[in-house]
Amino acid sequence: MRVFADGFRTALGSVFFYVLIGNYLGIGALAHEFGFSLIWMILCTVLIWAAPAQLILISTLGTATYLEVAVAVTLSSVRFLPMVAALLPSLRGPDTRQRDLILPMHFTAISVWVEGMRLASTRPRAERVTFYNGLGTGLMLSAAVSSAVGFVLAARLPPLLAAALLFFTPMAVLMVSARNARTLLDGLAFGLGLAVWPVVAALELGLELMWTGLIAGTIAYVVHRIREAMT
Amino acid sequence: MTSGFEAYLVLILVGFLPSEVWRWLGVALGRGLDEQSEIILWVRGVATALVAGVVARIVMIPPGALAAVPLSVRIAAIACGFLGFLLIRRSAFAGVLVGEAVLIAGATAFSV
Repeated sequence: MRVFADGFRTALGSVFFYVLIGNYLGIGALAHEFGFSLIWMILCTVLIWAAPAQLILISTLGTATYLEVAVAVTLSSVRFLPMVAALLPSLRGPDTRQRDLILPMHFTAISVWVEGMRLASTRPRAERVTFYNGLGTGLMLSAAVSSAVGFVLAARLPPLLAAALLFFTPMAVLMVSARNARTLLDGLAFGLGLAVWPVVAALELGLELMWTGLIAGTIAYVVHRIREAMT
Repeated sequence: MTSGFEAYLVLILVGFLPSEVWRWLGVALGRGLDEQSEIILWVRGVATALVAGVVARIVMIPPGALAAVPLSVRIAAIACGFLGFLLIRRSAFAGVLVGEAVLIAGATAFSV
């Protein structure tokens, strides 16, 4: 219990705590404007626990087919595979059972993972899973509460402030992606994605998100490959 | 959006499962995967572009109250925000602040 509380407290002191609050306030507000219910929004945060996937789900369910949304969601979450795979060896202790890993696995999102990878290794092995769960609970709780608050605010705020709230998440996603772009591939894919979407949307081909991802992502990948080959 | 039971079913089938399956695979496959493998790099590019597409979509076809703000103001706000981010120590916080300020100022000027 003490270890769990330590993890929980660490979550509240993390820089991600504030990032998540801002981001999820915006996502909650978007969910309200797109016509979802409050309970749905909270469950969405707790179950999916991936801001990009949630943003795709909430903003496209009304207009795209279920299959298109599911494919876009799954592509946006592929990153979890290497993240979980990289995390488990540093969480696993001698007495860790497979079912003890179910919760930490679900808590794994960029925020929890970055803080967890950094801090769990400073703990004795036997405490790591509990610590990580405390950390995950703290960050997920802050996101769930924020999404609920954002949802309620979108309904109550004057139009100007509601607009500002709705604009928060797309902007935050842009800035954070730019800051986190470790390679040419990431930055190029994001920039091209911004540019390609309006073109694909104007062509009215349907499946605009899919095409945007495939076209911009593939060009970015090819440019990255060519550049690698030249060095 | 659909309401009631269907909305929750969609949340599970279209949202939760397609996302969660990668966490399960991460446990199942363990370390047998290289983060720098070509397929992972390509998927990362596609996923990043997808999220960028969603950002473009919300700016171009915004929901609710944001739709009352003229398109020119929305584009100017996100562009200024990004410029602010680049100029002010690549701080996401500063960038978002600049963008929001431009959005509110622009929307007020057009008396939303």
